[in-house]
Amino acid sequence: MNITLRVWRQDNPDAPGRFVEYDAPDIESHSSFLEMLDVVNERLTDQGEEPIAFDSDCREGICGMCGLMINGLAHGPQQGTATCQLHMRKFEDGDVITIEPWRAAGFPIIRDLVVDRSSFDRIIEAGGYITVPTGSAPDANLILVPKPAADAAMDAAACIGCGACVASCPNGAAQLFVAAKVANLNLLPQGQPERWTRVEAMVDEMERYFGSCTNHGECEAACPKRISLDFIAMMNRDYIKAKFKNRRLAGQRS
Amino acid sequence: MQLDAKIPEGPIQDKWDSHKFNVKLVNPANKRKYEILVIGTGLAGASAAATLGELGYNVTVITYHDSPRRAHSIAAQGGINATKNYHGDGDSVFRLFYDTLKGGDYRSREANVYRLAEVSSDIIDQCTAQGIPFAREYGGLLDNRSFGGAQVSRTFYARGQTGQQLLLGAYQALARQIKLGKVKLYARTEMLDIVLHEGRAVGVITRDLVTGEIRAHSAHAVVLATGGYANAYFLSTMAMASNATAAWRAHRKGALFANASFTQIHPTAIPQSDDTQSKLTLMSESLRNDGRIWVPKKEGEERPPGQIPLDDRDYYLERKYPAFGNLVPRDVASRNAMTVVEEGRGVGSRKNGVYLDFAESIERLGKAVIEERYGNLFEMYERITDENPYEVPMRIYPAPHYTMGGLWVDYNLMTTIPGLYSIGEANFSDHGANRLGASALMQGLADGYFVLPYTISDYLAPLLGTQPVPTDHQVFAEATQDVHDRVDRLLSVNGGRTVDWFHRKLGKILETHVGMSRNELGLQKALREIPALREEYHNDVRVPGENESFNQSLEKAGRVEDFFELAELMALDALNRRESCGGHFREESQTPEGEALRNDDDYAYVAAWEFTGVGEVPNLIKEPLEFEYVALAQRSYK
Repeated sequence: MNITLRVWRQDNPDAPGRFVEYDAPDIESHSSFLEMLDVVNERLTDQGEEPIAFDSDCREGICGMCGLMINGLAHGPQQGTATCQLHMRKFEDGDVITIEPWRAAGFPIIRDLVVDRSSFDRIIEAGGYITVPTGSAPDANLILVPKPAADAAMDAAACIGCGACVASCPNGAAQLFVAAKVANLNLLPQGQPERWTRVEAMVDEMERYFGSCTNHGECEAACPKRISLDFIAMMNRDYIKAKFKNRRLAGQRS
Repeated sequence: MQLDAKIPEGPIQDKWDSHKFNVKLVNPANKRKYEILVIGTGLAGASAAATLGELGYNVTVITYHDSPRRAHSIAAQGGINATKNYHGDGDSVFRLFYDTLKGGDYRSREANVYRLAEVSSDIIDQCTAQGIPFAREYGGLLDNRSFGGAQVSRTFYARGQTGQQLLLGAYQALARQIKLGKVKLYARTEMLDIVLHEGRAVGVITRDLVTGEIRAHSAHAVVLATGGYANAYFLSTMAMASNATAAWRAHRKGALFANASFTQIHPTAIPQSDDTQSKLTLMSESLRNDGRIWVPKKEGEERPPGQIPLDDRDYYLERKYPAFGNLVPRDVASRNAMTVVEEGRGVGSRKNGVYLDFAESIERLGKAVIEERYGNLFEMYERITDENPYEVPMRIYPAPHYTMGGLWVDYNLMTTIPGLYSIGEANFSDHGANRLGASALMQGLADGYFVLPYTISDYLAPLLGTQPVPTDHQVFAEATQDVHDRVDRLLSVNGGRTVDWFHRKLGKILETHVGMSRNELGLQKALREIPALREEYHNDVRVPGENESFNQSLEKAGRVEDFFELAELMALDALNRRESCGGHFREESQTPEGEALRNDDDYAYVAAWEFTGVGEVPNLIKEPLEFEYVALAQRSYK
């Protein structure tokens, strides 16, 4: 198939960016979207131009490294799919495809389509863990976890931290990412001792980088792992409760 | 050079305990006086860095990813083995030890493997406490599944995303230490060389992938947790950036590299669909629990699978290996798939796969059960192939997936360079010539959480009171200059071919001659072709851009340059080992039925290679393998 790309090119964080158009003839419809970009990059290199910088690693939709705005949609037109798993058969011959980096103040551009998502790491560092020094854990079967709770925690834990939720949000908010981690840990018995401090610390850290949530729901639609908006409600509820619970006598009642 | 594996004395079940007692300790208040560098943040690196930080050491951790959470451990699907025996089906430390040793075709060290089995259970406890959402029974207890190469259910799993969940657990533990200031993280930073002073590892040189800044880092000890080298094949199930540079640079500075030819070709990847393909996608081995593998009986079968009657199908694994059936170890499954495809009985438009069929399981268990077990895998398969595996059998074919070979380490996981450790897939230690499914996660976490943090103090304790070699010392200046020179050289060739073009060609040579089946002539051919192509690479590669910017072509160029040198060692190691064992199948050494035939008299050793220069023949140093607790037997899965 023959397509035309309009790609955001930007040499470095401070340089002005621009759209550049590239013809991409003879693309295999079996190729993935990123393999199509590989082909375009090989051709650019052969012509003595610098290839288009974009992030990707596992190319099987689990590492969360890739992420492009494709025709204005985070990860492109196929729902529940990371960019690396999107295939060219989802496009038509002759299509003009616009490719942009994640657009969010919380994700500064590094080069072309590559952005800096380290703000996500800072949020996890703020409280996205259960404190278990190595070697101090009891036998695993001493902790009973009801299957529905384990399943719900797993639904939330499936988040790959790609940032599509932020990129698709009109407010540039990161609620879905943060809520997924909060829910993963707060739903489990193991997560209870730090439940209230965790949610407060993570939400407060989030507020330093990202916009506010106004329940648009774009994040859920864009999420390659189909993380549910419900987790945001749960996070908000826990956050408000935390304001009462994070006191010295919190352990007295749950 | 004599290799000393430093295996403790005593009966096998006491070795680790007595070793833990005998190693020198660093007292809690003194730990903060030490600096440790950890390279890589996969399961092994993240768990080691977090644990060392918890213990009180000052840790610097380096990853080329934008976040520690991206490491390729994340892609492991099926599960993690442990000897909990929660199912009461006869599992024990000794059985996991035995299965792992046998699965590795008796080419690993007994003491290391036994220790791995011993600590496996602690890993499950640790990860469960961290909040890993492992699969549960309705009563709230942990669920298990069975896996290839074992006859017990000892595999713990979190849907088809076990690697992801375990990595996030280790990453979160690491994040806690970063917040506490015990670990300093350098992301988007790649290690390009190791620095030695008076024969000891004292630091590394890195390149900042965003700014191009070349930086020196010094420490009392360096830990390489940089993964495997299956990307040498170009098409593999590895992530795009997975590479051997850190391990290879250490090898060039004196660390021996062991069993380079021991690569695992995983039986259940999606077959290649076109020539622009950048990687192969794995379908978890756990699918073999409920899927049946078959091909048409006759060559050139054109009917769609649903219209091929039972009598015209060959369930070749069930036929040849009735005891293990579809759950034979990976190397056996892979080689058999290769054979039927070579016979012209392959399926799909390129005739390059075999069927993995769920029709019977769906009928027996219902679609809902299959969906619960493998839903995300089925979905992934459909996205890639545009075929619905609930209705049409999956097509699968083997793909390079894991490398058992790696840096030689002793029982303490230290390489032959004092102060340089290697953990996880980057070392060679536990899987022999073939790794069993669900054992990579186990080994990565065993090394990182429960082995290295104990053994490293033995090296550190005598260094109390010493400062790390300052980064303005001459050894750092020289290594920094070397890295600069190398980068400049790659950028200045300005030839006519891209890095990927060369990588693809190198991969083709390896796949053809150092793939699932190897022979003398082919390996000799590879040993002629690889240096010739490397020469061409140095004269004709084109790396656009400059060092002082975010330059992905430059990153790749350095990695591929190292793959060239490593590829030669892979071929040489395969040529040297004139026996078949595990994933290494030498056509000259097979049983009348075509199974791998070991030669224990001549090859029951670890082949550790010493670097002598690019294009020079390396020195072979043998570590004999002795088996006291397991009788060597020809593996049989019939």
